[in-house]
Parts: sequence; structure tokens; C-alpha cells
Amino acid sequence: MARIGRFNRNLWAVLLTLGLLAVLACGPAAQPPQVVEKEVVVEVPRDVVVEKEVVREVPVSVVVEKEVVREVPVEVMVPQQVVQEVTRDVVIERPAEPGQLVIYSGRSESLVDDIIQQFAAVTGIDVQVKYAGTAQLAATLLEEGANSPADVFFAQDPGGLGAVEGMFTALPASVLERVPEWARSPQSKWVGISGRSRTVVYNSERLTAADLPDDMFGFTDPVWKDRIGWAPTNASFQAMVTAMRAEWGEERTREWLEGIQANNPRVYPKNTPQVAAAAAGEIDVGFVNHYYLFRFVTEEGDGFTARNYHPRGGGPGAIVMVAGAGILSSGENPENAQKFVEFMLSPVAQQYFAGQTFEYPLVEGVKSPRAQFLTPLVDIAKPDLTAEDLTDLEGTQALLQATGVLP
Amino acid sequence: MSTARGQYFKGMLRRIGVAPGPPPFLWGPALVIGGLLLLSPVYLTVRSLGAGVEFWEGFLRVRTLEILLRTLLLVATVTAASIALAVPLAWLTARTDLPLARMWGVLTALPLVIPSYVAGFIMVVALGPRGMLQGWLEGPLGIERLPDINGFPGAWLTLTLLSYPYVLLTVRGALRRLDPALEESSRGLGYGSWGTFWRVTLPLLRPAITAGGLLVGLYTLSDFGAVSLLRYETFTWAIFVQYNGAIDRALGAAFSLALVVLALGLLAGEFVTRGRSRYYRVDQGTARPPAVMALGRWRWPAVGFCAGVVLAGLALPMAVLVYWVVRGVGAGEPLLLLWGDAWNSLYVSGLAAGVTIAAAFPVAALEVRYPGLLSSLLERITYVGFALPGIAVALGLVFFGANFAGFWYQSLGLLLLAYGILFLPTAVGSLRSSLLQVSPGVEEAARSLGRGPLRVLVTVTLPLVWPGIWSGAALVFLLTMKELPATLILQPIGFGTLATAIWSAAAEAFFAQAAAPALLLILVSAGPLAFLMLRERG
Repeated sequence: MARIGRFNRNLWAVLLTLGLLAVLACGPAAQPPQVVEKEVVVEVPRDVVVEKEVVREVPVSVVVEKEVVREVPVEVMVPQQVVQEVTRDVVIERPAEPGQLVIYSGRSESLVDDIIQQFAAVTGIDVQVKYAGTAQLAATLLEEGANSPADVFFAQDPGGLGAVEGMFTALPASVLERVPEWARSPQSKWVGISGRSRTVVYNSERLTAADLPDDMFGFTDPVWKDRIGWAPTNASFQAMVTAMRAEWGEERTREWLEGIQANNPRVYPKNTPQVAAAAAGEIDVGFVNHYYLFRFVTEEGDGFTARNYHPRGGGPGAIVMVAGAGILSSGENPENAQKFVEFMLSPVAQQYFAGQTFEYPLVEGVKSPRAQFLTPLVDIAKPDLTAEDLTDLEGTQALLQATGVLP
Repeated sequence: MSTARGQYFKGMLRRIGVAPGPPPFLWGPALVIGGLLLLSPVYLTVRSLGAGVEFWEGFLRVRTLEILLRTLLLVATVTAASIALAVPLAWLTARTDLPLARMWGVLTALPLVIPSYVAGFIMVVALGPRGMLQGWLEGPLGIERLPDINGFPGAWLTLTLLSYPYVLLTVRGALRRLDPALEESSRGLGYGSWGTFWRVTLPLLRPAITAGGLLVGLYTLSDFGAVSLLRYETFTWAIFVQYNGAIDRALGAAFSLALVVLALGLLAGEFVTRGRSRYYRVDQGTARPPAVMALGRWRWPAVGFCAGVVLAGLALPMAVLVYWVVRGVGAGEPLLLLWGDAWNSLYVSGLAAGVTIAAAFPVAALEVRYPGLLSSLLERITYVGFALPGIAVALGLVFFGANFAGFWYQSLGLLLLAYGILFLPTAVGSLRSSLLQVSPGVEEAARSLGRGPLRVLVTVTLPLVWPGIWSGAALVFLLTMKELPATLILQPIGFGTLATAIWSAAAEAFFAQAAAPALLLILVSAGPLAFLMLRERG
């Protein structure tokens, strides 16, 4: 299956390239060349390989590809022109022995395997990935210590990265500075790769964003009785509660939990069914992560009757959590490890996260394919919290238990 | 069941110098196995010592006592319900003229193959608030809310339906091998059917019931999937919260050690009830197959009982999985039939069954044939791993493997060792109950005719305990098929199994995608189990 998929992807790439060249031939040819020069200067010298990848990357999926063609024909043309010159160089530039790389991935195989395989195909590196939960892998790394076979730890949340921070080697500024300051380790030990934001999913037939309160506390109002859904066992929900405790303090967070409880929320085992329930009108609002909506819209079309709302007043309901990666100082392949982290921050991989997992790319200038539904990251009123503020999970668990939200 | 004759025999043997002490081919391997089993407690102790003051604050909270009581409540009720369900089922399918007894015999054992994380999820989705059942009832009947399945009732129901087969298998095995002469004597001496069952059959089944009940109790202690999905906080859940949320290895290890202590308590309790009775024939002749009892007008209620248990424990979960697969395929999702992962699962589970049963033999043989403080202690230690959550055992092996046996780390061998530590007691238990029914006189006769102890073991004892070997291996095989936490941590890179595939699909994607591998896991496990059970009969 994978092989056919890749073949199709290549086929699509060829077709698309041909199509774009046709567009180029017909359209005005006076402007693009100057832009082309810029692109070459930025990307070619260090890692030519990435440039070649652009060919594969554009048609990530049928839906995305349509969008790209429709939205940014001019921008896409630019790398396409470069490609023809660069691909020949790739063969020469690739080292004779690309070596190995061992990745411990707390991000699930279904989300990141494609992009990791692309990295392996392009660099020729023999990439081995161990998939498990972020926390289990962090604990495993701590037990392995300096004898760990891992080169890179690719984690779902900063908590996992923070736990093994002492085992990471510092990342160079050239890597760190590709993402905003809030999305990387203050000690330069790890860097964010993609972002997930908390959001309120609402039924767009009954409500508009204007009907929704400025911040999460507004949902404790009795007008929301019997209209709310939540998933208190979900890790991201608990991260939001941790953010509430950091931002609002213990007492107000307790009030919020009790206020929502008083509004008789429907309890869901995880996020996905809440989004479906909001669209079906079983609930009016649900507290979820932002990207589930786009998976539904991709499957069910733009008429899907739910939308995301990022509290306009900001606060803990608008936190953005990053998935990120760090390089283990005990690893045997530090160069390949850095190549991997750089690749994950390249436009190619960032475009992948935007288009395939519907997360927020953290590098500037990467377009999200569902831009019409996706609030730009800069427009979300993120609370001013660091990764460290979100580590006290135990206190959150205790509060959730004390308020009877968890047993 | 008097022990006087046993004493007499032993005394006589000692006088002629046949049974001085365990031979080296038994205690040698047993020592190695004991050492390996101690890896987990040693690791947990080392880690707990690093916990410091914060540990005592976290550990001595009032909540710990509450969790302890909740855990004990669940263990006691699940064990009791499993015995209440399994003993009648075993008797009906093994000793009566129940219509289609063979089929019921296989079907009632099959819930064992359903992983608890799958069963728990099905329970939540099917019976939970806004679940499928309520969806169906809401339309025609207008029922708005069902009683909440979450918490104790859901966890109790799920774990009982999943784990009663432990008792069923051990009790049914014992019923088949039971000497009917004892029951016939009882009837001849004036007891009716019920009297005989209560006064003779049930006491004879006691070792099997307690062995199965012990497995149910310890399984309930260690289960994470069902209790977390149904939100009933037990000790194992508390351990996972430490490892998963806070990534606090010290506190996680301390809670795990507390779980070990709890398990030792259960084990001591079982040991006290076990006693020193004998369960083999002491006079000449061999046991006949037991007589089949006519159910009469109880025929159809008995079928209804079997069908009800099979419906709740097997048919409903399977139906929900099939429904998800069909709905997913209908919505255009690719059907994930992971034959590679299925083969890996079968391969590693088969290896684990072989290795574990081989390791179980010296332990069981020592305990039955050379009873003493050390052999009993060794047999008790084997159970500790079964009560520990997989993550605690796996992290211990990561620690020892990565730091002291680098060549072995990331290999299948270490994963097999983990399975062995986790599941050894199921194999020891089946072998032990088989060995108990083999009269030592048979072995002694072989010895007195000039065969060495090792040859006697291979040519006389082994063939006699063959049923115990099969059922022990089957249990280990099934448990390995569905084991998840240790597999995730210790699997060699790139070695995926069905259990990890289910985990991977359910972690992010819609559950429909996890349903296909879950169904495959159940079907692939059910095949060997059904085969074994039919074979056992024939």
C-alpha cells in the first residue's frame, strides 16, 4: 500500500509540475525569476535535499493539493522552477554513507510515519523509530541513561521533553530561532515542531462566535446548563486546567470546575466524539483541541456544522501546546539527529504538519491548507505561560479529584 | 485425603534412600529463575529509595488508604463473582448432558482473549452515558439517561467478564481428572446429588478454585486498561498516573512496591487455605472418566445461563467491533489487516509460551515433590510479577538491560524475559495442579525399576502432566497476545504486534481504525484456544 501511495504521490507530483509549467508558459513570465533567486539563496547551500523534497511535498493529499493550486499558484511556481536545477545536485551532495538515526517517537505512527519516511528517503539515512507514549519513552530514556540507543526524542508535549532535559545536548541558535521564543526550551535543549491549541468547538447552526463568552469562565453561567461537553480524562484538557491554575490561581480554577459541573456537562471519553456531538447538536459547545475539526471537515466537507472558537479574551482556554524534539547527548549520530530536527523545521515538514495533521506550523511563512477555518496563530490570544508553568500535573489531578470531576 | 499414608511413604523412601533432596536438574534452573524474578523487586526498591521526603508526603496521603480500600473491594468482588460464574459453567460443560456442551465449553472460555483495554472501551461506548444502548433506547422508549456505568459497576462487570475464564479453565481441568469413585462412595453412603457436590466435589475442587481465583485477584490488581477507561481508581491506575502524568519514577516505583506487598498478602491468604491435602489416588487402579449427569428439566435453563454469559462476555464485544469495522469501511476508511503484525504477535507469543512453560516446570516440580520453605517461597515469588503492572516490570528490565547487558538490550530475548516474569504463575499453576494429581508412587516405581531421576521425569512424569503443560502454555500464549505496556517499551525497534497496532490506531485516529486489528487479535487468539480445548476433550 505504502509503495503504491508513494508512486501515486510521484505521479501527482509529475502531473502537477507539468500543469504548473503549462501555467507558467501561458502566464506572464516577467516577474517570477527575481523571486526565484531569493529562494535559492535561502535553501540551497546547507541542505539541497530539502529543495528536492518540494516536488514530493506539494500534493500531500488530494484535498491539500487542490487547495495549494487554487490558493497560491504564484508561490508554488517559485520552488518548482528551482527544482529542475537542484535535483541533479542531490545525487552528488548525498554522503556516500548516510549512516543511521534512532528516533524515539511519542507522537503516534499514524501521524508522523509519512514525514519520517520522507526524511529517510531523501537523506538515505537508515532511520529506526520506536513508537510508544511520550511519558513511557521519557521514563525509558531516564532508565537507559547514557546507554540509550536513541539519537532524537520526538515528544507529543513539553512535559515529556522537560523530564529528560538533562540528557539533551544544546541546540544551535540557527535551529532554535526558526520558531518563536515561546515554542522552545528556555535552556535551548529542545525545540517545538508543531502547535496544538485548546479551543471551543460549537454547533455552527445554532450559534455564532459572537454568542460565545470572552473567556472560559463565561461558560459557568447557568445559560450554558445542559449544553456543554468535556473530556476530563484527556491529557490536553488537564493541561488547560494546569494553565488555569497558573493563570487564575487555585481558587478560581476550583470555581470554574464547580461552575461547569453545575451546568451538567456531558462527559466524553476523548475529544473526537465531542466534535461529532457538537456538529450533531447533542451539545452546543465542547472543550477540545483545534485540529479534530479539520479531520471531520476533510472527511465530511465544508458543510460540517461545527466550528472552532478561540476565546477572544485569551486566558487558559487559548493555550497553545507544542510537540517538539530534542537531541540526546549520548546518541551516536549527532549529525543525523540535527539533520532530522532541521528537516522537521523545513518548509516541507512544516507544510506536512499543517496539511496532514492540521496542527499549527511554527515556522513563519508556511500556509495552512484550511486557512478559511483556521485562526492564524498570531490571532490567538495566548496566555503568557512557559512550558514550566504546565508541568504540575499532579496538582491538577488532585484538584480534579477534589471537585469530583475525576473519581 | 489423609496425610498419614504420605508420611509413611516418605519415611519409607528416606529409609531406602530414594528421595533425599531435589536433584540438581531441578534446583539449578530454579535458582536462576528465582534470581531473574527478583530483578523487578530489586529495581523497584532501588528506585523507591531515591524518592525521599516527597515520597512519604505523596504516599502517606489519606487518599492512598482510600485507593487501597477501593482496590481491595474490586479484587474481592471480581474474584467472588468470577468463581460464582465459573464453577457452575465448568460443571455444566464438563459433567452434564448439556446440549452442545463442546461448543459451550469453547465459547465460555473465549472472553479470555479480549484485551481489557478493548473491552473497557467497548463498555464505555456501548453502555456509557450517550452510548449505543442509550441511543437505541432513546428513540422508541424515550429513556434519557441510563445508570452511569463508569466507576465501580463498569470496572467490576468488565473485569469479571474478562477474567472468570481463569477459574473456569482450572476448575474444568480438575473436574475432568476427578476420580468418580469418591463421588460414587459419597452417594453410596447416603448423600444426594447436592450433598455430594457440596461435601465431596467442591472440596476436591478447592485447589483449582483457589488457584484460578488467585489469578483473577492478581489480574484485577494489575489491570490498567479497564479501570482507566471506566474511571475506577485503583493502585495500578495510581502507578500509571505517576509514570504517565508526572513522569515520577520514584513515586511510581514506591506505589508498585506497595502493590507487591498487597499481592504477597493475597498469596499468603491463598497459601493458608491450600493446606497439605493430597488429591491423587492412593490405592491401586486408575481413575475412570467421570459419569455424565442428566440435567432433566434443568436442561434449557442451563443453556440459557451459558448463552447469557457468552452473549455478554463474547458476542456483544465482537458485535460492536464488527459494527465499527463495517461502519469504518462504509465511510471509506482503509481496512487495516495487519498480517505482518499478526505474525509477529503469534511468533512472540508462541516463543513466550514455550520459554515460560519450560521455566515453570522446575518451580512446580520442586514445590509439589520437594515441599519445603525454599520451594514454597520460590513458588510464591513467581506470582509477584503477575500482580505488577507491565510498565513497572518493563522499566526494571530497561534499567538492567541497558546498563548491565547492553548486548541483550533491544532484543527479543529481553521482551521474552518480561513476558516470563509477568506470566510465569499461570504456567506454574496449571502444572502444579496437574502434578498434584500424579501419584509420586508412579515415579517411585519407575525409580525402583532402575531409571534415573531425569529419565523418570521425561518418560513418566512429563507425559502424565501433558494436559497441564498445554493449558499453561495456552494461558501464557493468550496473555502475551494481548499484553501492551511492556511490549510497547521493550519491543525491538520496528517489531510491531497487533496489540501495539491497536494502541497506535486508538491513540490518535478514530476508533474504527483500531477495531480491525482488535478483531484480528481476538480471532487469531481464539483459534489456538479453541483447538486446545477441543483437543483436551478428545
